[in-house]
Amino acid sequence: MTVNVADKDKMVVVEGSYAVAHAAKVCRPNVISAYPITPQTHIVEDLSQFIADGEIPNCEYINVESEFSAISALVGSSAVGARSYSATTSQGLLLMHEVLFNASGMRLPIIMTVANRAVGAPINIWNDHQDSISQRDTGWLQLHAEDPQESADMLPQIFKVAEDKDVLLPGMACMDGFILSHVYEPVVLLEQDLTDEFLPAYDPEYVLDPANPMSFGAFAAPDTYEEFRFMQEKAMQAALPKIEAAAKEFGEIYGRFHGGLIDEYLTDDAEVIVMSMGSILGTVKDVVDEYRARGEKIGVLKVRSFRPFPKEQIRKAIKDAAAVVVLDKNISIGLNEGALFTETKSCMYNSRCDIPIIGYTIGHGGRDVPRESVAKIIEEAKKVASSGITVESQFLDVKEELL
Amino acid sequence: MSKPAPKTYLAPGHRGCAGCCDALAAKFMLMGTGPNTIVVNPTGCLEVMTTPFPESAWKVPWIHSLFENGGAVASGVEAALKALGRKEGIKVIGVGGDGSTMDIGIRSLSGAFERGHDITYVCVDNEAYMNTGIQRSSGTPFDASTTTSPPGKISFGNPRPKKNMPAIMVAHGSPYVATTSIGYPRDMIKKVKKATEIEGPAYIHAHAPCPTGWGFDGSKTIEMAKLAVETCLWPMYEMENGELTQVKKVKNPKPVEEYLRAQKRFKHLFTMDGGDEEIKKIQATADWNIEFYGLQ
Ligand SMILES: Cc1ncc(C[n+]2csc(CCOP(=O)(O)OP(=O)(O)O)c2C)c(N)n1
Ligand code: SF4
Ligand SMILES: [Mg+2]
Repeated sequence: MTVNVADKDKMVVVEGSYAVAHAAKVCRPNVISAYPITPQTHIVEDLSQFIADGEIPNCEYINVESEFSAISALVGSSAVGARSYSATTSQGLLLMHEVLFNASGMRLPIIMTVANRAVGAPINIWNDHQDSISQRDTGWLQLHAEDPQESADMLPQIFKVAEDKDVLLPGMACMDGFILSHVYEPVVLLEQDLTDEFLPAYDPEYVLDPANPMSFGAFAAPDTYEEFRFMQEKAMQAALPKIEAAAKEFGEIYGRFHGGLIDEYLTDDAEVIVMSMGSILGTVKDVVDEYRARGEKIGVLKVRSFRPFPKEQIRKAIKDAAAVVVLDKNISIGLNEGALFTETKSCMYNSRCDIPIIGYTIGHGGRDVPRESVAKIIEEAKKVASSGITVESQFLDVKEELL
Repeated sequence: MSKPAPKTYLAPGHRGCAGCCDALAAKFMLMGTGPNTIVVNPTGCLEVMTTPFPESAWKVPWIHSLFENGGAVASGVEAALKALGRKEGIKVIGVGGDGSTMDIGIRSLSGAFERGHDITYVCVDNEAYMNTGIQRSSGTPFDASTTTSPPGKISFGNPRPKKNMPAIMVAHGSPYVATTSIGYPRDMIKKVKKATEIEGPAYIHAHAPCPTGWGFDGSKTIEMAKLAVETCLWPMYEMENGELTQVKKVKNPKPVEEYLRAQKRFKHLFTMDGGDEEIKKIQATADWNIEFYGLQ
């Protein structure tokens, strides 16, 4: 992350959720609709307080009766032309599943913070990425933040990309539940004037308006349906450079840069590269710093955009490594792989380079991933670099005594 | 001479069956709302038959999202209009079938009404899931045959009476709940208009006989709708702020048999042993309506 030195004076110690709620506020949403679920609750409580204090002009907050209705209400509001925001996680996000496809199919740039959490059963309120990863094919942009500041900074960026006329797709700004949502850290609260400069008002071409009647959500038969899907995919591809551009422009205006589609840390000469998404990257970088201090060439690749998936950028970043290890806080049961691992392998397959890639599924249900475990993973990757793969993908730190 | 019919905003050329109840209901509904309207229409026959992309029969802005979220989408439309300062004069109308209203979408509708959005919701009750091939819903009447409540050796068809959806909406504190029927266009238009003029969430439950689903000729839709009212199986009333304020009187109620006999979905009651006992039970429902709503 690039930090603006002038930021030091502006920093305040707040909860991650507050920083995000504040960021949502300065994005000037017109409709907010949400339903409480741990660990997203503080975000919607803070937003409710802003509303109660009259601090968000021209905004309606809908206290819905379910996440299904939270996101459905935003389908309606976004179609009217309102900038529309929600926040959820876990069971709430899963309950939205059907509507997520719908919002994307109708090309409505709704933005939602996801405070990533495990899904039941067994019920568990702590962080992993199973919730948002399992929504990967719904046609939503999906960005993952590394720290509270990035979780906040991501909102104007993703609004800007989503509302771009070449994109018009909804987006999830993901932050790790509790780890980022409930931590108190010094952050810069997004300035209203800078945000107004960065993010212009939403001005859609097609809206529900009696002065110019249009039909949204029509019935498409086989002779037309496929083109809708094709155009969604095209929009996702169009979003790739826009995500980079938004991050860069954000950096110019606010003085902070957290990476575009990806962010590389000491990868240039790295023999082993550790890839992941979200807050675990902080721990990984600390461990890698120790390796570097000992002269070992380990690097870190942060994947910021999971959808669209930045194939080119990933290929370029890892192609010269001797081994890559991917850490996933999710698993596709029956494949025994996390999604980032599977997709990284897949995007390397038809390229000419053939580097060994292994995967670990880690941190399920909030299981702590200590530095020692990260070191263990790096040691395994080093072995792979010299003598090839023995285990392609595995769980980390399974307690044999509980099985 | 009667007044000329108000303009409607549903174009002909939709894909409904001949004599389609949903098309009539939508047509009358829009005569009541006028053009300054945004329609939210959950999945069902009406949605499918009116919007085969790239065509649309709707001359007012219209949105279809899903089967079970009409109430929520309408809430969002209303909230957005308010937030953007565009609500003035615009009516937000939800219109869904009995399935999307009374079954799968009841949570979303309940939320919208509890929150008090300024919307009007019209349930077009054709008493089954027509779009998927005439399956039972909670709006299907007692003993009706549907594809998932067929009569058989040990069954006379649908084992349960219709859910009293208007009462549920009254219980939400809705300022205006009315039942109507596509057999009485003027009644329906008047009630829809009144509903849209009342601030807050108003509910119209329109009885809508479906020729395909019920088994009668497409030329008899209006006749069938009238018979339901004339036999007192479909009482038409208005409830304002929880009080019954108006009832359509039925001077000489016809026996329910006349209504049942005209539809294939009740045919088994006239052929199966014990069918006459079942018809008596249905007559008892009509008698209860007469008593409860003061229809005479
Ligand atoms: C979640 C979901 N479940 C089931 C369906 C299938 N489905 C589409 S329309 C419909 C029935 C509609 O019935 P109703 O609301 O009564 O409208 P009608 O077609 O009878 O006018 C069903 C079951 C669906 N689209 N979505
Ligand atoms: S099945 Fe009934 S509701 Fe559906 S189009 Fe035909 S007549 Fe209309
Ligand atoms: Mg129906």
